[in-house]
Amino acid sequence: MSSSATMIIPATERNLKNSRGFLGTIRDSFTMAYRGLLKFRHTPEQFFDVVLQPILFVPMFTYIFGGAIAGNTKAYLPIIIPGILAQTIITASLVTGTMLREDMDKGVFNRFKSLPMARIAPLAGALMADTVRYVIATTITFAMGYLLGYRPGAGLKDVLAAGLLVIFFAWCLSWIFAFLGMIAKSASGVQGISLLILFPLTFLSNAFVPIKTLPHWLQGFVKANPVSHLITAVRQLTTYGTIGHDFWFSIGGALIIVAVFAPLTVQVYMRKANS
Amino acid sequence: MKQPKRSGLAVEAQDLVKVFGDNRAVDGVNLSVPTGMIYGVLGPNGAGKTTVINMLATLLKPDDGTAKIFGHDVQKESQIVRQLIGVTGQYASVDEVLSATENLIIFSRLLGLSGPQASKKAKDLLEEFGLTEAAKRPISKFSGGMRRRLDLAVSLIAQPPLIFLDEPTTGLDPRTRTQMWNTIRKLVDSGSTILLTTQYLDEADQLADRIAVIDKGKVVAEGTPSELKSSVGTATLLLKLASTNDAHKALGIVQDVLKVRSQQVDANKVSAPMSNPEGVTDVLVALRGAGIHLSGVSVQEPTLDEVFFALTGNSVTKDGTDNDEEGETE
Repeated sequence: MSSSATMIIPATERNLKNSRGFLGTIRDSFTMAYRGLLKFRHTPEQFFDVVLQPILFVPMFTYIFGGAIAGNTKAYLPIIIPGILAQTIITASLVTGTMLREDMDKGVFNRFKSLPMARIAPLAGALMADTVRYVIATTITFAMGYLLGYRPGAGLKDVLAAGLLVIFFAWCLSWIFAFLGMIAKSASGVQGISLLILFPLTFLSNAFVPIKTLPHWLQGFVKANPVSHLITAVRQLTTYGTIGHDFWFSIGGALIIVAVFAPLTVQVYMRKANS
Repeated sequence: MKQPKRSGLAVEAQDLVKVFGDNRAVDGVNLSVPTGMIYGVLGPNGAGKTTVINMLATLLKPDDGTAKIFGHDVQKESQIVRQLIGVTGQYASVDEVLSATENLIIFSRLLGLSGPQASKKAKDLLEEFGLTEAAKRPISKFSGGMRRRLDLAVSLIAQPPLIFLDEPTTGLDPRTRTQMWNTIRKLVDSGSTILLTTQYLDEADQLADRIAVIDKGKVVAEGTPSELKSSVGTATLLLKLASTNDAHKALGIVQDVLKVRSQQVDANKVSAPMSNPEGVTDVLVALRGAGIHLSGVSVQEPTLDEVFFALTGNSVTKDGTDNDEEGETE
């Protein structure tokens, strides 16, 4: 080694603390989020789902269902864009769980465990970095709608607010998938269970068709589905610029998800990180 | 042997136990590693070496026993212990998709360095380990030797006084192995204490100031390499038999006469540790009495391999460079 002149400071002469502290935890979480962003930059194929899904689904659903449900495609756009937005963003939050699991199975996680860093930082950082995926999904969905002639009735400010609502919702929802990522045996296992949750949640909602057209026994579930409330809230915001009870209901639902799954996830995660 | 620069123990483990299901992977291990030396933990695959390291490095909770790193308990003061150690595992524990520089910067940040400090540290370490040209390449494009070097570089960011090296040269070619040995020696010169595991006897012999031989989760012998060698005999007697049919009989005679464990090393070869050269005469007389003819006799200096055989009844060098995963965490 060239710098053999620098001697190691002996253990007894070091200033040591047995806790990382609050600021240290925040710092480590941001470092881990930065790591997540770097990984995105090196593997842009991770963005395929959030980029391609809206590009493919917006025209597909618009042209297939537009005439049947709203009379013409242009009239259908204000209904379908919020629907696809919700669907895309939930798919994106699902991937969080799979990627987290893949990450935890790699040797680098042992390294993280051996460092004097905040134990929670890898989890917090991963969830933070993933908001980038939600922002991309939201932007591309709105942009695709715009290309097809979607002109939201409300102003840009309300569209932005709707986008933020959806991103917030996705972030809250990602805790469910992060939890599944913790308890599943493998990454493919996470994906399997997650898809089983994803499909009923998105298709059994008001995303694509009006609730009135559904059989009675199904309407109950669809009306209670928080995704329906999210979609209604986005429709109201983007079309009329109003915030109704659906807005608060979806925020409340999202917060309940976090309240339930964040402690569970953290508990399982910490147990794994400390084992 | 190098003189320890400071008194005190870097590692102090007492009755460490780790059980995986029915398997007592580590079964009451005691270790005392003085500050400032290279300490070797030698054992075959599955002996429990990695599990011991993982417990000492706070990666795995012991089921029983205690371990202290520079006097700090690995369980109660784990965050302090983590500030004093660097760990380099059998498998490169760096981020595959990131570049070498990015890896070093992220780990430096996590170890408390500021942005500019982290960049400088990354640059210095890459230079030190001859990785500057590969700095921007993703690790997935690195060779095995380059990965090990980067892995070790990451462990040295905080200049920890204690470094764990888990089979640092397994799978490396001889030239890269020698380079790694030199790096390890220089680390000790700069004041580090090193605990390394290995399944290579020559590696333990070359590098370690003291060695603990571990088998089936237990320490079966401990001492300096020369102490271990002299504990099983000052030399080895090698008998070449004229007929392979006599091998079994010869084995018995040698054991009876020398009162040690002897070993059949080939179809027509028998070896035994020998503390007193005079014993050769007795063996030869006994063999002649039994009508066993020899085609050759030689006396060799003992190797650690024989030490290992004498202690455990197993050969370490039997299998090649491959590792199993001894008791990985789930």
